[in-house]
Amino acid sequence: MKRLLILTTAFGALALPATADEITVMGWGGAYTASQIEAYHKPFTAATGTTVVSVDSDNPATPIKAQVEANNVTVDVAILEIADAVRLCDEGVIIPIDPASLPAGVDGTAAADDFLPGTLTECMVPTDIFSTIIAYDASKYAEGEGPKTIADFFDTEKFPGKRGIRKSPKVTLEMALMADGVPAGEVYAMLETPEGLDRAFAKLDTIKADAVFWEAGAQPPQLLADGEVVMTMAYNGRIFNAAQQEGKPFDIVWDGQVYEWEGMSIPKGAPNEAAALEFVKFATSSEPAAKAAEFISYGPPRKSSASLVGNIQGTDQPMSPNLPTATENLTNALASSLDFWADRDTELGERYNAWLAAN
Amino acid sequence: MALPTYADPLERAWHYAYLLICGLIFLFLIAPILVIIPLSFNAEPYFTFTEKMLTFDPEGYSLRWYDALVSVGMQAPDAETGWWADMWRNSTWVRAAKNSLIVGFWATILATVLGTLAALGLSRPEMPYRRVIMAVLISPMIVPIIIIATGLFFFYSNPCSILATSCGKLTSTYTGIVLAHATLGIPFVIITVTATLSGFDQSLIRAAASLGANPRTTFFKVVMPLILPGIISGALFAFVTSFDEVVAVLFIAAPDQQTIPRQMWNGIREQISPAILAVATILVVISIALLASVELLRRRSDRLRGVTGR
Amino acid sequence: MTDATAPLTTTDGRPLKAALAAAGARARRRALFLVLPLLIFVMITFVIPIGQMLHQSFYNPYFSRNAPNVAAWFAGNPVGTEPDEAAYAALAEDFRAMQAAKTAGEAATRVNYTLPETRSLITKTARNAGDLAPPYKEAFLAIDKKWADPAVWQAMRSSSTAYTSDFYLIAADFERAADGTVQKVPDKQRIYVKLFIKTFILSALITVICLLLAFPIAHLLATLPMAKANLLMILVLLPFWTSLLVRTTSWIVLLQQKGVVNETFVALGLVGDGNRLNLIYNQTGTIIVMTHILLPFMVLPLYSVMRVIPPSYARAARSLGATSWTTFRRIYLPQTLPGIGAGALLVFILAVGYYITPALVGGADGQLISNLIDFHMDKSNWSLAAALSALLLVGVLLLYWLYDRLVGIDKLKLG
Repeated sequence: MKRLLILTTAFGALALPATADEITVMGWGGAYTASQIEAYHKPFTAATGTTVVSVDSDNPATPIKAQVEANNVTVDVAILEIADAVRLCDEGVIIPIDPASLPAGVDGTAAADDFLPGTLTECMVPTDIFSTIIAYDASKYAEGEGPKTIADFFDTEKFPGKRGIRKSPKVTLEMALMADGVPAGEVYAMLETPEGLDRAFAKLDTIKADAVFWEAGAQPPQLLADGEVVMTMAYNGRIFNAAQQEGKPFDIVWDGQVYEWEGMSIPKGAPNEAAALEFVKFATSSEPAAKAAEFISYGPPRKSSASLVGNIQGTDQPMSPNLPTATENLTNALASSLDFWADRDTELGERYNAWLAAN
Repeated sequence: MALPTYADPLERAWHYAYLLICGLIFLFLIAPILVIIPLSFNAEPYFTFTEKMLTFDPEGYSLRWYDALVSVGMQAPDAETGWWADMWRNSTWVRAAKNSLIVGFWATILATVLGTLAALGLSRPEMPYRRVIMAVLISPMIVPIIIIATGLFFFYSNPCSILATSCGKLTSTYTGIVLAHATLGIPFVIITVTATLSGFDQSLIRAAASLGANPRTTFFKVVMPLILPGIISGALFAFVTSFDEVVAVLFIAAPDQQTIPRQMWNGIREQISPAILAVATILVVISIALLASVELLRRRSDRLRGVTGR
Repeated sequence: MTDATAPLTTTDGRPLKAALAAAGARARRRALFLVLPLLIFVMITFVIPIGQMLHQSFYNPYFSRNAPNVAAWFAGNPVGTEPDEAAYAALAEDFRAMQAAKTAGEAATRVNYTLPETRSLITKTARNAGDLAPPYKEAFLAIDKKWADPAVWQAMRSSSTAYTSDFYLIAADFERAADGTVQKVPDKQRIYVKLFIKTFILSALITVICLLLAFPIAHLLATLPMAKANLLMILVLLPFWTSLLVRTTSWIVLLQQKGVVNETFVALGLVGDGNRLNLIYNQTGTIIVMTHILLPFMVLPLYSVMRVIPPSYARAARSLGATSWTTFRRIYLPQTLPGIGAGALLVFILAVGYYITPALVGGADGQLISNLIDFHMDKSNWSLAAALSALLLVGVLLLYWLYDRLVGIDKLKLG
């Protein structure tokens, strides 16, 4: 016991609080964090001498909230999805960042105008735009015969086979309505009515028997690779990687994509708030945001970054057409609504689970 | 277990059927391991037997996941000199393995010692409030881990708050993780050791005492050898609980205190890296080697003591 | 000869009754003394921290502390009172304060837990708090018509006290109607009770399967010579310390449509290529994988109990003429009961709490109660997560108590 105490005290002493020339960033891990380390962390350290420690979490929102509530914050910057950021901002967990203090775009546009409309909020500075899309295995269809629209995903007569569906109402309900012919602009107005909700669930009912429900974002590419499903909802970045780097015959249907964005927030009581703010300003400026997009196909949220995005890392092909923000991919796209989901995520989570459990 | 000589034909048939059933159950237990090992040499980042793997095309196989395992986090994975030292000090997975072992070891010791003592008390017929105390002691197994982790995080942020003072933190310390994992492991020790003790003949203790043994000698010479299988089972459960625990580590540990399972769950939003299969394969090899050497040592000591196995 | 009515005494003259009582008390103290270190440890590292968490299941001050004026109005007016100008005035006062302190978000979040869609209503109103001027009712309705909705007022009323039963109501699929009465939520929304029942049934089923599979191999291990038993034990232990994530993914490889099991069955001609078995992404998958993961928790306690059962009892029974079945049923089985009890307890409780595996392999059926607890923690709804956990804890302890009463884990040991 005594030895244990001595040992653990020694280890405890090693875990010193981060000093001012070191900040801790909590992200999602995997290829996503890898892209951020290359595009943000390393250049920032080179420019300022401040070391960036990276920690991974399945969703940083949960530990951040606990840290602030317990008054024991170890994370300086958290990578959050916008819906979580809005909620945590409401709850006073993260500190507001003045848009005026953010650097202007390379073309001189003020930050407030440079970010895509609606993406910049009080508490979070966006880093990238990611999208839930329909992915399919192109080798299963003759040239040009594959699915082209969101409606095809729900059409099991024309395209027989199993479908991978996310085990969450967010995005799923929106896609169901779009497939049912509701224009992107009217989806949320319709979902706010009980009839609209029923309509979305009715549309989902039509493919429930053919559905494989997935939980983690890592699952859909695996489902496609194994031939368990012929089409699946998926995050666009992972599908792109599978097609690009691993030579898988996966293709993306951009029609009916639902995009969200994520970004950086500073929790209240961050140990190195000043350095954290510097980091956020640096990482969300035009060039690093464009750089990150070369590693993983999530779109930069600044208009001024769009033209800076170069070739896919390690190749001579341009990345731009593969981003959710590319003009040709946005023809029938929907931006996920913050207010809608902040108001209803508990209610619809319950209803969706009840729907899943019903036979 | 040999068949007794007086067995009739029906019993013989049943005996072989029984062995077959056992064989199938063992196959069920080991099947996933049989899949993991070849897949850890997959050249593709998927959990799939590819065409090339099935036709034993060397191109279908690679050591890339083992390579990824050691090189992630290293300063200079391609350097000729100092490679081993670099790996030992900087490789992310090696560090995670060290953390897992340190935490698992101390958490197991703590849970087993405290748990066995308590189980001894709990199985005494004169133990008061037995049911209530048992209920309290097994509840760490029942409350969902996310609730425990959050609650512990609050408590560790200021452990002295119950005394209305403050005295440093237990978050971001090894002590904190060890205590948390010990708490999670305790119900396992309690349940298994109590079960073994309930078959234990209490009169043996009185016999030992009447022959002049003090309580300590009685415990180590009489009780302990008899309940050892239960203690070992409990300790194994406690160790595995710590060795596979993700959520408490996420809340409590500092960035440099990540464990193997945390490393495995990283980035599950994007991809489950087949590197986890390489980890599993390495652990399988290490544990076979460990168990085999323990077994060899045991046989050797039996031989030296002139014991022929039962 | 001593007087027959005189109390029995010990050799040193103390009354026997008192001496026995003293000895009993000493034994109790000694037993308690052994348990005490662990009890203190668990109190500090578990009971207190978790108590603080579970406290949140009926304590949520985020609306009440930010809206003291309207809370006072609610306290002074019974349920069902039409909100008058004074109520709107109090609310306006609160909104101005929330706007100044930037706390409308947390207050709104609390009300939103009781009634969806009130979050945006409250934050929007707080943003426009500057426009609130008498007559207040009209001012509120100008911002949003919903302010006339009695359901909104009822939601604020039940949020206006820090101590609340709301979260337990939600956790039991109930809600408060606009007039304050408690009613069941609509069918489409009912989920928690169903999931609790499903979780318990599934766990019981997995426990039974584990017992059926563990018993033969534990028996084999316990009766084989040590050397062989230890070798076979490796087969039990290897999967045991392989990570949960690894085992879950490897079961996917085994069980999927084009997985190892289906391919083998097709190659052997057991099933046709066209109708491969659906072994995963459904209840079957959950049961197979969870059984595999939890099996060692049944095998090891059984093994450690069986190992110390003296074989002589069975031989004696046989020599007295019992058939092998009778010997097993009357002699062997009763002696294994403590192991069965311990194993069943471990497997059942662990199964109740598992959620990652069912979530990954269970498809539409893969939601269990812990998934929703996790979901609500992620969405910061700690109060509801705590209420669900408290119900889970109470439910399992109740079952444990019943089980102990009916089966009496340690009393049946010799049949």
